[in-house]
Amino acid sequence: MIDVIINSASATLIGAGSIFILIGALGLVRLPDFYTRMHAAGVTDTLGAELLLLGMMLQAGLSLVTLKLILISLFIFFTSPTSTHAVANAARVMGLRPLSGSKNILTSKENT
Amino acid sequence: MLIAATTALLIAMVLTLFRAIAGPSLFDRVLSANSFGTKIVLLIGLLGFLTGRPDFLDIALLYALVNFVGTIAILKFFRYRNLGLSSDEIASREDTQ
Repeated sequence: MIDVIINSASATLIGAGSIFILIGALGLVRLPDFYTRMHAAGVTDTLGAELLLLGMMLQAGLSLVTLKLILISLFIFFTSPTSTHAVANAARVMGLRPLSGSKNILTSKENT
Repeated sequence: MLIAATTALLIAMVLTLFRAIAGPSLFDRVLSANSFGTKIVLLIGLLGFLTGRPDFLDIALLYALVNFVGTIAILKFFRYRNLGLSSDEIASREDTQ
């Protein structure tokens, strides 16, 4: 009985995680601007990765494997916002302007 | 469910590679390389569970570390054109800019 509950919960988490990863990748292709694409990539790193790792943790049970999964998810949880911020900061410093509003469409087209 | 998640990850990796190849600016490429690395970590973990060899998670952990350091190194190189700068030299360059 417990096995069925744990297996279905794990399948739900893994399914939700892969849906979020697909949405993030689709946004990475479809969105118009670097800063909006960064927004889409964040979905993959936070919700997608954490949900998938949680689902795998439920499948693994209590063992060393779970500890490794917790380490991976903690590491992704801390480093992915850091690297996203670094990319955004570098883009801003090196002069990439965000696509914003109808007023700036002409100037932002020059940049692309 | 593991097979479905692996398929979804592979499709997402193809889309991410498309952005890495097509992306107009450098930062699009760096962003999608970083995202690709996260997806590779997840794929290695899932493959470990699919084949019944969870030892693959060690490789996934190592890959997560290398991915983060690589992203920061690429950004530092393209900003300062030099990987060996100390923090003092970086501070002096920031003042002159």
